[in-house]
Amino acid sequence: MLVSVGSLSLMGLALGSMLGAASRYLAVEENPLEAEIQAMLPGSQCGQCGYVGCAQAAAALAKGEAQVTLCPPGGKATAEALAAKLGIKVDLSGVVDSGPQIADVTEEICIGCSRCLKVCPTDAIIGAAKQVHNVIREACTGCSSCVNVCPTEALSLMPIPVTLQHWVWPQPASSAA
Amino acid sequence: MGFLDRFFKEPSWGVHPDDHKRPAADAPLRILPTPERVYMPLSQHVGGAARPIVVVGQKVLKGQLLADAQGNISAPIHAPVSGTVFSIGEVTAPHASGLPFRAITIESDGQDRWIDTELVADPFALAPEDIARKAAAAGVVGLGGATFPSAVKFALGKRLKVETLIVNGGECEPYLSSDDRIMRDFADQVVDGVRLVMHAIGAKEALVGIEDNKPEAIAAMRKAAASFSEVKICPVPTRYPMGSDKQLIQTLTGKEVPSNARAAEVGVLVHNVSTCAAVHKAVRLGQPLVERIVTLNGGAIATPGNIYAPLGTLVTDLLAFVGLKGEPARLILGGPMMGTPLAHDRIPLVKGASGILAFNAAEAATPEAGPCIRCGTCADACPMGLLPMEMAAHIRVEDFEGAEGYALGDCISCGCCAYVCPSHIPLVQYFSYAKGELMAAERVKLRTDATKRLAEARSARIEREKQEKAEAAARRKAEKDAAAAAKAAAAKAPAKDSGQAQGETV
Ligand code: SF4
Ligand code: SF4
Ligand code: SF4
Ligand code: SF4
Repeated sequence: MLVSVGSLSLMGLALGSMLGAASRYLAVEENPLEAEIQAMLPGSQCGQCGYVGCAQAAAALAKGEAQVTLCPPGGKATAEALAAKLGIKVDLSGVVDSGPQIADVTEEICIGCSRCLKVCPTDAIIGAAKQVHNVIREACTGCSSCVNVCPTEALSLMPIPVTLQHWVWPQPASSAA
Repeated sequence: MGFLDRFFKEPSWGVHPDDHKRPAADAPLRILPTPERVYMPLSQHVGGAARPIVVVGQKVLKGQLLADAQGNISAPIHAPVSGTVFSIGEVTAPHASGLPFRAITIESDGQDRWIDTELVADPFALAPEDIARKAAAAGVVGLGGATFPSAVKFALGKRLKVETLIVNGGECEPYLSSDDRIMRDFADQVVDGVRLVMHAIGAKEALVGIEDNKPEAIAAMRKAAASFSEVKICPVPTRYPMGSDKQLIQTLTGKEVPSNARAAEVGVLVHNVSTCAAVHKAVRLGQPLVERIVTLNGGAIATPGNIYAPLGTLVTDLLAFVGLKGEPARLILGGPMMGTPLAHDRIPLVKGASGILAFNAAEAATPEAGPCIRCGTCADACPMGLLPMEMAAHIRVEDFEGAEGYALGDCISCGCCAYVCPSHIPLVQYFSYAKGELMAAERVKLRTDATKRLAEARSARIEREKQEKAEAAARRKAEKDAAAAAKAAAAKAPAKDSGQAQGETV
């Protein structure tokens, strides 16, 4: 009994320290800039940028292989932030930005095929086969993946509705200060 | 100011606007006849909106629970009149945006019948927690305008062992006199409420700060508090914004509340006089908060004064009762310095509404803004010791972080800076704009973090499902192989144990 307990804990200790050492010496070099850029991307892994997900998009951006305007869900705000981070000057006036958007199901024409549910990267759609589906507004990133698969065009993007909690004062009209 | 100077020297901060309180403050309190319909909003407080528990068509009595508190910080809503629930829908919120929010509409039966209320003869025999529970059940929130649920504050005060209760009777905003009126007419209720709040939080003394432009209120409160040595009536100099928590605490106790800290952390807690009166009604009479005193004032009003009105009454009905001299050029909920502009008058009276101002064209006129001449007057006036001109300059070029560097977060939006600015720059609007944008940025960050977590959870789930499927497939394959092997074995040695082999494959 004692022997087995002792030998097991010894093994645990030895293996544990080996793991610790390995993680230190064999660590994958992580580019800090890459991590920072990844934190700025929406993280919905929707793939609209042409990369597999946000991490790959961030890697490409860090290497300077991609445009700061690559991410449609991020919109102008993300492009601006990325440009500032990477120290690039870009002309964003050409970027059409409809502002932050979310998906919305037109209930009358949803046939409950459940296709949208399967493609949503953030599990923002609730529903079941042959039931009207719906979008959880808080979880939707507006990536439009669902819009593209809906056979009846029941899904569309709309601007995030302004509520009392989200409303902010406009900038004063006069520019004197 | 005379002998008061010995106790309080004139503060170096703030402004001294013309207070316009009289004659409205001196007019006797009038009671509004029960309106035909009231619109009781579900969120009249800081925190989660109340959840309706009544249905359309249901008969309700005055004081009956309409919607229950939802979440830790929330407050219930009660029927302000007896009658029938007419609808549960949307009304325009008393908010600068003019956006709608949810409300329960009640059609009055004109009888104002109360529910059975539970009278408590000796509330001081109750445990402090019971006082808090009764105040919470009655939907009492800060009536000075902050509308923070009072019971939550009691619990905080008790936990942090607050010694001193500060009672805010400052009412420093020009034009408003609802607190003045409650102290003049219901001083006994206010003092009883003060003692109940002290009991609830375990405070040893209460300092009631009243600006010295309200001598009648001071006299009435002194009389009501004469037999309670622990309740001290303290006149304070008339200076805007004396009614702001931090300024009142500093004036009365000399303590300064650090930036980002709560008052309770320096051992004091602030409650408004009207809130104390509501606590008295909730605890001693068992009456929920369904009515309040509201000041109707401004140049466009024919008979300015204070009105005792059910909550949920439309501003339209209030204005009709006091009469209008002409179409108001501007409607404001609250005071002229910190109040909320109203888009129209079809807006319900809410718990935190201490006044409705209807300004005529002369009062509403806003002079054209000019460029900043960097005179520094705004910095002298700021009660928080900030540099408004620097903050505004950063905000004008959308550098919100830069403005934050000048402690924008400490700005209480009191409006002193804009009031004194010789160039009439709408400084407070710049600050509200910047605070809103910063908050929106914070929300976006939180949202992104949350969706990121969701996306990760989904990838993990898909990965797991794939693995499970593979495992299941492997298992099935193994079973099939085993079955095939068993079959082969059975074929070799027939009859005897084939039944057993089949049993195993199931
Ligand atoms: S488009 Fe944006 S959100 Fe979508 S995967 Fe690419 S970086 Fe991520
Ligand atoms: S609901 Fe549609 S638009 Fe929103 S995150 Fe999911 S797939 Fe994208
Ligand atoms: S008071 Fe007005 S003009 Fe003077 S420094 Fe401040 S913002 Fe500028
Ligand atoms: S900067 Fe803020 S706190 Fe200071 S005077 Fe202006 S509004 Fe009041």
